[in-house]
Amino acid sequence: MTELARRVGPPVIGLCLALGLNLCPTPGTAGEELRVGFIAPMTGPFAQVGKDMVNGFEMYNDEVKGDLAGAKVKFILEDDQAKPPTGVLKAEKLIRQDQVHMIIGGVLASTGYALAPVSTREKTVYLPSVPAADDLTQRDSAKFPYIVRTGWSSSQPSHPFGEWACEQGYKRIVAIAADYAFGHEVVGGFQKAFEDCGGKIIQKIWPPLGTIDFGPYIPTMKEDADAIFTLMVGPMSLQFPKQLAAAGNKKPVIGGGTSYDEFALPSMGDEVIGHVSPLQYSAALDTPRNAAFVKTYREKYGKVPSYFSETNYTTAQMIHEVMKTTGGTWPGAEKFVAAMASLKLDTPRGPVSFDEFRNPIQNIYIKKVEKKKMFGYDKEELWNTVIKTYPNVSQFWKYGEEAFLKQPVYSRDFPPCRFCE
Amino acid sequence: MTGTGKVLVVASVLVAILLLTPHTGSFMLLLITRALVLAILAMSLDILLGFTGLASLGQAAYLGVGAYLTAILATKYQFGLGPGFPLVIVLGFAAGAATAAFFGLFAIRATGVYFLMITLALGQCVWGLAYRWNSLTGGDNGLNLPGRPEFAIRLADDVTYFYLVFAFFVASLVILYVLVKSPFGRSLEGIRERELRMRILGYNTWLHKYIAFVIAGGFGGLAGVLWAHANGHVSPEDVVLTTSVDALLMVVLGGSGTLVGGAIGAGVVLFLREYLSTLVPWWQYVLGGVYVLIILYLPGGLMSIPQRIRQRRGATSDLAIAKGLAVTPQ
Repeated sequence: MTELARRVGPPVIGLCLALGLNLCPTPGTAGEELRVGFIAPMTGPFAQVGKDMVNGFEMYNDEVKGDLAGAKVKFILEDDQAKPPTGVLKAEKLIRQDQVHMIIGGVLASTGYALAPVSTREKTVYLPSVPAADDLTQRDSAKFPYIVRTGWSSSQPSHPFGEWACEQGYKRIVAIAADYAFGHEVVGGFQKAFEDCGGKIIQKIWPPLGTIDFGPYIPTMKEDADAIFTLMVGPMSLQFPKQLAAAGNKKPVIGGGTSYDEFALPSMGDEVIGHVSPLQYSAALDTPRNAAFVKTYREKYGKVPSYFSETNYTTAQMIHEVMKTTGGTWPGAEKFVAAMASLKLDTPRGPVSFDEFRNPIQNIYIKKVEKKKMFGYDKEELWNTVIKTYPNVSQFWKYGEEAFLKQPVYSRDFPPCRFCE
Repeated sequence: MTGTGKVLVVASVLVAILLLTPHTGSFMLLLITRALVLAILAMSLDILLGFTGLASLGQAAYLGVGAYLTAILATKYQFGLGPGFPLVIVLGFAAGAATAAFFGLFAIRATGVYFLMITLALGQCVWGLAYRWNSLTGGDNGLNLPGRPEFAIRLADDVTYFYLVFAFFVASLVILYVLVKSPFGRSLEGIRERELRMRILGYNTWLHKYIAFVIAGGFGGLAGVLWAHANGHVSPEDVVLTTSVDALLMVVLGGSGTLVGGAIGAGVVLFLREYLSTLVPWWQYVLGGVYVLIILYLPGGLMSIPQRIRQRRGATSDLAIAKGLAVTPQ
């Protein structure tokens, strides 16, 4: 019998693989299959971000050889082209046709808002590793019981950053930010914290998402500001600092984390040296854990990991931790969410735990762009050097959740621009 | 084929769709439902493109108006999720028609490329409103509907919702078919062929075009209401220019001036894009290839295939007769 199996086995398995049939028996699988639906843009302007996301998840998956505490990972990737309606359809496909245990990903905040109700409707776990829309884990949290956010909320790094800006002695700041929900929330958080410690936002400029010519906006910025706060995403991040420098700007520039993320940093010029931004991750974070992460990642994919890579690597790690507690069997959506939300673990970005709204409590790093050598690489490159760490920052900062949730979500008009001239 | 024969073919295909769809997978059911909604949009555009000769690049605007109306009523006023739903459908249709009636005042005076450009600009205005009017439309986050309506029937069930959409699709098809076969429809075709002659014959061509534009807007609005509930989510992405272009491509792909062609085109485009993309990463090349091949080799769209086959057969038989003549002894 064993002789027969050995002879017949390989051709049969080969045939099965060739035909792509799932019906054929797979020999020697002990644990069950963990089907992971991953949604990321593979085409369109955000395709590179999508690639970083997939790389991050895959890297962890490869490290454990697709084996999460006995569960075999079946990774199913779908392209949402960074369009929310497409994302919804792809999520439905993953849930209905592939019967995945969980959905991970999406890039834009709007995609997060669109996928969240799908997870509720289909009773499927959704892990927004990138979408940072505040209300997913704030005012609307009760509507989405199957969400655990593994990334961050938009205003989370902005709050300590506002305080940091006060410490620098900035009194009057001009904000220029991409005009969509994510931009509003990042600026809103900064404005609240900055004005609470005595600063003044004297002007808010909202160029549309995808602007690459800032010619009409830069000259309108108030001359007498102490600093410029900028929030750019995608191709905007590259263009704005260049054009600002060309316009002869001498003021300090600070901004939201995505403006200087490692996703865009290697393509930037020396004009961004000295710019400061906050985020929960920096590739230049000088811990042994992160140094190892950056080196392996760079060797494998030929570039420095961005926060998009790190957050998905960490998500895979979190799933692994939960599967360890269950011995590799799927615990069901409710139990999975509960188990994940009670995790406390060490990740490349530092220690992470969750608040009761299932948003991470994590370090926020204030980072300054510097040109230097790092981790033994022999070339001088741009790195986000960590200059200050705010440990264990919650999405509610020092305000307390009750007081914080009483105010409306940050928007173009909230907080109101009391000091605008 | 005779007119009755064609109607019979279409009817039997419809019955087949009706009977088979509930037995496909639950994801396929979703795709077919969406394809039917887009088919209504494509048919509404065909009234303009195929029958009146007006290539509009703004049809997504009416879809958007219907969809946003549904979503705003549902989220801000909790209206239309119970017995009010039939009224929402009427309102959606009316809102689409009213928007078209307003836009038509600007657009109808132009023809050809200028018409294309004006409808494009007007469509972008609707997109701009959807994107910028945060307090009403939720900006780029869009609006999530709380759920599908429940009254005598429970539309939350996907099969039930499919039946509803199917019913509206068939109703739209029949109404538009009757419309294009009516004297009014014939006069539209007259305008398409030669507007000047129609004017000389005493027709008020502006009014005819305007009415066609408004009707197309109404059906676009209807598609919008159904679209909002099919997705459970309305986003500026639904109103964006590419949706209008897609609608145009659907009509051209299926065959303009045939109504059914638009519906077939909607099915083909949706499946190539949403289903093929789940199978292979190079789906965009397939989609592009299909577009190019059809434009090059089937300018009349997929609906012209039977006619082509007949022509070819006719040509070969003609050839045979000619050959036969040649070999007959003198």
